[in-house]
Amino acid sequence: MTLGHDLTAWFSHLNETTGVNFTIVYDSYDRARFLNGLWLTLMISGVTIAGSVLVGIVGAWGQMSRLRWVRGIVACYVEFFRNTPPLVQMYFFYFGLSALLPGTRNSLGFEKPLINGFTWACLSLICFAGSFNVEIFRSGIEAIPSATTEAAESLGFTRLQTYVHVILPLALRVCLPALTNNLVNLVKTTTLAYAIAVPELLYVSNQIWSDNENVPEMMLVLFVIYIALVGILVFAMHAWERALRRPGLGT
Amino acid sequence: MSSKFPVILPLGAPLRRQAGGLPTLRLAPWHGVALASIILLSSAAANAATGGPIHASVLAILARWTPLLLRGFGLNILISFLSMAIGTVLGAFLGLGLITPSRPLRGASWAITQFFRNAPWLVLLFFMIFLLPFHIHVGTVTINLPSWLKAVIGLALPVMANVAEIVRGGVRSIHPGQWEAAESLGFTRRQQLWLIILPQSVKRMLPPWMNLYAILTTSTTLASIVGVNEVVSLAGQVLAAEGSKPYLLAPIYAYVLLMFFVYTYPIAWATQRLERRYHVRN
Amino acid sequence: MAPQPLVVIDNLHKSFGHVEVIKGVSMTVAKGEVACIIGPSGSGKSTLIRCVNALVPFEVGSIKVLGIEVNDPKLDKLKLRKHVGMVFQQYNLFPHRTALQNVMMAPIQVLKRPKKEVEAEAYALLKKVRLEGKEHSYPGELSGGQQQRVAIARSLAMKPDLMLFDEVTAALDPETVGEVLLTIRQLAEEGMTCILVTHEMGFAREVANEVYFTDKGVIVEQGPPSEFFSAPRDPRTKAFLSQIL
Repeated sequence: MTLGHDLTAWFSHLNETTGVNFTIVYDSYDRARFLNGLWLTLMISGVTIAGSVLVGIVGAWGQMSRLRWVRGIVACYVEFFRNTPPLVQMYFFYFGLSALLPGTRNSLGFEKPLINGFTWACLSLICFAGSFNVEIFRSGIEAIPSATTEAAESLGFTRLQTYVHVILPLALRVCLPALTNNLVNLVKTTTLAYAIAVPELLYVSNQIWSDNENVPEMMLVLFVIYIALVGILVFAMHAWERALRRPGLGT
Repeated sequence: MSSKFPVILPLGAPLRRQAGGLPTLRLAPWHGVALASIILLSSAAANAATGGPIHASVLAILARWTPLLLRGFGLNILISFLSMAIGTVLGAFLGLGLITPSRPLRGASWAITQFFRNAPWLVLLFFMIFLLPFHIHVGTVTINLPSWLKAVIGLALPVMANVAEIVRGGVRSIHPGQWEAAESLGFTRRQQLWLIILPQSVKRMLPPWMNLYAILTTSTTLASIVGVNEVVSLAGQVLAAEGSKPYLLAPIYAYVLLMFFVYTYPIAWATQRLERRYHVRN
Repeated sequence: MAPQPLVVIDNLHKSFGHVEVIKGVSMTVAKGEVACIIGPSGSGKSTLIRCVNALVPFEVGSIKVLGIEVNDPKLDKLKLRKHVGMVFQQYNLFPHRTALQNVMMAPIQVLKRPKKEVEAEAYALLKKVRLEGKEHSYPGELSGGQQQRVAIARSLAMKPDLMLFDEVTAALDPETVGEVLLTIRQLAEEGMTCILVTHEMGFAREVANEVYFTDKGVIVEQGPPSEFFSAPRDPRTKAFLSQIL
């Protein structure tokens, strides 16, 4: 790949002449770990976005339940994860919950936690963003006039069918802008996984700039990537919003 | 197209496009009660579990470390005050830049606002911690820049961007008829903004601004990751000092959360009151 | 000939994007004349009146107010606005100031006149619109009709030569419409040049010197009220009037 060669040569040259050091381009070790970190961040973002939306949908369904204890559990969950700092939540999961789980032994006989940092980070972030999503979906559901649901029931839909075919499509259209805001916030919050030593983008960048003393360059790259990630997410959500648009159903 | 039977009802608070775009922190007294009961219950459970020769009650441990934790919490509050103050002043200017008729100025303000709104707060913190020097020399005087001060500046940047959005949202929420009436009376654009539009919109900016402060306060915990000795890092050190007993984790962190609750609840309550008052009036 | 023209609109065209809202309007309003513009919604009446006051820019045609060309790119808008006052359908009073302060603000801040003088005049103006005693009330405490009269007093404080009224009674309760129309009638009788966009046919019939009917961006018919209302010539005018009257 001569393009790759040209790029690496250009960046090494840049370093030698100006001192502007982008080792992630020309150094294969740094490049490898940087790309791994980026990949991990993308994975965490993808998993948590999907998971939290699922939690939002299920939780909003739970809040409509006729059983009081179900509504109570969902309410407690939302209130706790919505009003506490996500960092403390992550510590609770990683240090607290993992201490309660049994450990296993790895091949060398050393104690190994059952669930690794990446998984805990995802679980924690899913719970955090999920709580906001439950609220957002619930408000979307509340914006649907009861006449609509009554009509569905009198046509013979079960409660679940009404939820899936009538309520959810309408509520989704109404809550997309707020959902977009929340998901953008979620992508930014994935950086907290640093605190529990998950080798995502920020963690890896920290290692690289500690080794190479090129903080400003790495910072620039970090900013560009996060802003690009957020930009892509917003673009995708707006495109989805446009695709879902129906005449007369605007906000 | 209004009709007597709309297809979608008016949107509730979580969905209304908020000036500032941050979710409203809605706290209630029972949250505090729940936190306190978590502390008591987990302490009781821990006391029951450990029973042995070293049975210092968990509550006694908490009481012993309270002065230190409160000092740490005081640092969180200091950081939040200073960040909010600096961020508000800068954000007010940036907000004015967002509504100016001059296109290049508006574009630059928009770019800055988008940049600091979309960058993760933790990355901005790292940015400041690593790029600001340890001392700055002003003439012959050397001023030390401790990490908590760098954290203040790091957090002031997203505050600035959010305040700019709040200012812009507040000005845009004023009915265009006010601008028209002022213009046809001969007021210059500057007079329109300062005599008529801004005095009316400042009141509307208060609830989202107060909400921003509440969120900022809970976000000061991020500073623990970059080595500032605020309450969350101190809690970790307390845990270590007590031998890292797993049963102490819940009480200590719940205690820290209780401190945050006691501080942010009045702010959240006032914000909700104001929000309801302005929404009803509109 | 007759009294000299105060406002001369010549072949005005205005488009918003691809939609042409005013398609060639020409009219003349003489000093002391009261012109009423009536027509269905969407016919461009509000846009027309906003063009006269330079609130809305236009590309084709010319409007001269007191000889000042409104479309002049080097126009000193302040100079124009000292001569033209405008009252809006939604009153647009400044809610953070009392009625008196609303009336006083512009002469003090824009015309830089001394406060004592302006205050005395403001009291007199509010008395003239029959709002004595309400000087220190806030707009939120006043009824719609009262707010509209404050709005009229506020525009009069700038001592304009021309007053523009954009459907000023459309948002009022029927009981309060009368008090506002009485105020406007008083002004007209004192010799103020007025252009009114209105739905109040009775008022137009009694007070106007010339009535204009606009539809789809053009003036379909115009004439003194005696002819206009009793013997409309154009079928569109007839259809509109039969719906309203």
